[in-house]
Amino acid sequence: MHIVEAEIREPLILGEKSYNDITEDVCKPVEGEANAMWYLVFGIASLMALWGLGNILYTVGVGIGVWGLNKTVGWAWDITNFVWWVGIGHAGTLISAVLLLFRQRWRMAINRSAEAMTIFAVMMAALFPGIHMGRIWQAYWVLPLPNQFGSLWPNFNSPLLWDVFAISTYFSVSLVFWYIGLIPDFATIRDRAIKPFQKKIYAGLAFGWSGNAKHWNRFEEVSLVLAGIATPLVFSVHSIVSMDFATSVIPGWHTTIFPPYFVAGAVFSGFAMVLTLMLIIRKVLKLEDYLTLKHIEYMNIIVMLTGSMVGVAYLTELFVAWYAGVEYEGYAFLNRATGPYWWAYTAMMSCNVISPQLMWFKSIRRNLVITFILSIIVNIGMWFERFVIIVTSIHRDYLTSSWTQFHPTFVDMGVFVGTIGIFFVLYLLYARTFPVLALNEVKTILRATGEFGVKMPAAMIVDKVENNSNEGNSSEEGNNVKEQE
Amino acid sequence: MTYNRCVGTRYCANNCPYKVRRFNWFQYDDLNIPAFPDFAKVNFQQDDLGRMVLNPDVVVRSRGVMEKCSMCVQRVQQGKLQAKIDGTTVQDQAIQTACSSSCPTSGITFGDINDKSHKISEDIDNERSYFLMEEVGTQPNVVYHTKVRNV
Repeated sequence: MHIVEAEIREPLILGEKSYNDITEDVCKPVEGEANAMWYLVFGIASLMALWGLGNILYTVGVGIGVWGLNKTVGWAWDITNFVWWVGIGHAGTLISAVLLLFRQRWRMAINRSAEAMTIFAVMMAALFPGIHMGRIWQAYWVLPLPNQFGSLWPNFNSPLLWDVFAISTYFSVSLVFWYIGLIPDFATIRDRAIKPFQKKIYAGLAFGWSGNAKHWNRFEEVSLVLAGIATPLVFSVHSIVSMDFATSVIPGWHTTIFPPYFVAGAVFSGFAMVLTLMLIIRKVLKLEDYLTLKHIEYMNIIVMLTGSMVGVAYLTELFVAWYAGVEYEGYAFLNRATGPYWWAYTAMMSCNVISPQLMWFKSIRRNLVITFILSIIVNIGMWFERFVIIVTSIHRDYLTSSWTQFHPTFVDMGVFVGTIGIFFVLYLLYARTFPVLALNEVKTILRATGEFGVKMPAAMIVDKVENNSNEGNSSEEGNNVKEQE
Repeated sequence: MTYNRCVGTRYCANNCPYKVRRFNWFQYDDLNIPAFPDFAKVNFQQDDLGRMVLNPDVVVRSRGVMEKCSMCVQRVQQGKLQAKIDGTTVQDQAIQTACSSSCPTSGITFGDINDKSHKISEDIDNERSYFLMEEVGTQPNVVYHTKVRNV
């Protein structure tokens, strides 16, 4: 890991950082007090969350009829939100698992927060299949539990059941992966904690991490194994979500292109959400030296690439709708573009196909303001993509006698707003209590890709390390530095 | 459709190309739902007297459950049981659905398509018979006869 980068590469850590500076910078938000801005945003998010919880309870208490659904449109905002949140959750595992296997070092500065986003987004996603059920009190029937009903098993032919397995596996693997990465960083906070209560909590979370070479060895091995397990999950989860639609008989849903198209769309929206959150975090927590313009540029390139893949998928669908010669499918796509929901289709096409193409310009993909705006536009577009796929396909299918429109009610909107609120409540709490950067991992690249690390005399780092020998990871750093001497 | 097993994902209704399925959006037969007092004005199930017309052979489905035409499963079960008691197979016309028994023009025929002695088998073999949206491959149990045209 300590091969020095070529000089032509931009450094991934800016400024004259020592190992101790990294610890200080990352632990500051955890150890310090929250400012007024944090309380303001937390307050707004909490109100949204409460409003959403109220609407969820109203739905569960009264019935699905409080949503704007009807006999033709049986899924609308509920499953749109579900797919949208699952998609957002995709970037975390891609960053932490796939980029780990490809040895992409820029991953280290963003993986922690991206994985946290994944966990919270998947939690929001998992809410929707639950509350969209007519009888949520029977939700455990979707699990293959031993029972005395006959014995009755769930229908293994149903893609909804595959969804249950896919999402729950994805959630648990992501959670374990995230937690394993957190252990050394929790230990660092534990070692620095002054208040006994705080020390106790972080000591529990750190699982007795001592930072010796054997611990690091196991940490690396487990990370690699989990990356290997998580990598296929990155591709399987959204493929399976897409099969909810692809295995049906509805024109506009019954499409073999869906699995790759959904995965590309998920990575696209996930990276856009990571960018939105990162741009806020680096500013508020003053981490500009770690989340550099180069990181943002890399992420923008991924947004551009996956956005282009999504664009190709849209055009392929249109081509196949014409080329296949199935009149139902031909009409489904004509109806998307020119029917009563043309505005949703236009929003999807312009936000997802046109906006990422701006990233071809280096000045745009290194511009923070434009990146922030585009990252939000991409997620608006991806929400509309799911709405277009779900609602415009079923609102007009085979028989004209059953054609209807979907009109959302205040409950539909309240539940969606609520999940955004709950997501931000969780994320804001995370940002105050967890190390938002994988600080011990970032330290491993300081010498190699830090702006000053390459030029820094080894003796100076050793001095700094020895001054802070109470850190949980100091022995490892000391070893590394000595090896290089 | 097995009502007891339904958790109400509405996936079957979305998938139904005929859109014949109907969902119980609310608990329609509950007399004590304060949120929906208006139901009592339009829904006989909320009326003590009106409830007496509900078929005692069919359970009242709760909210959150999908519905579809069950081909009068209670009548089919009754007919099969009677045939078993009589020691025979189900005879032609022995089981009638509510719609086939009440149709004033005998437009609807009900029977066992696996039994060649039933009138329904003859109707299916008729060259006028067709399935609605046969090309989708749903293999429906309802067969139609096309209109006789002079062309």
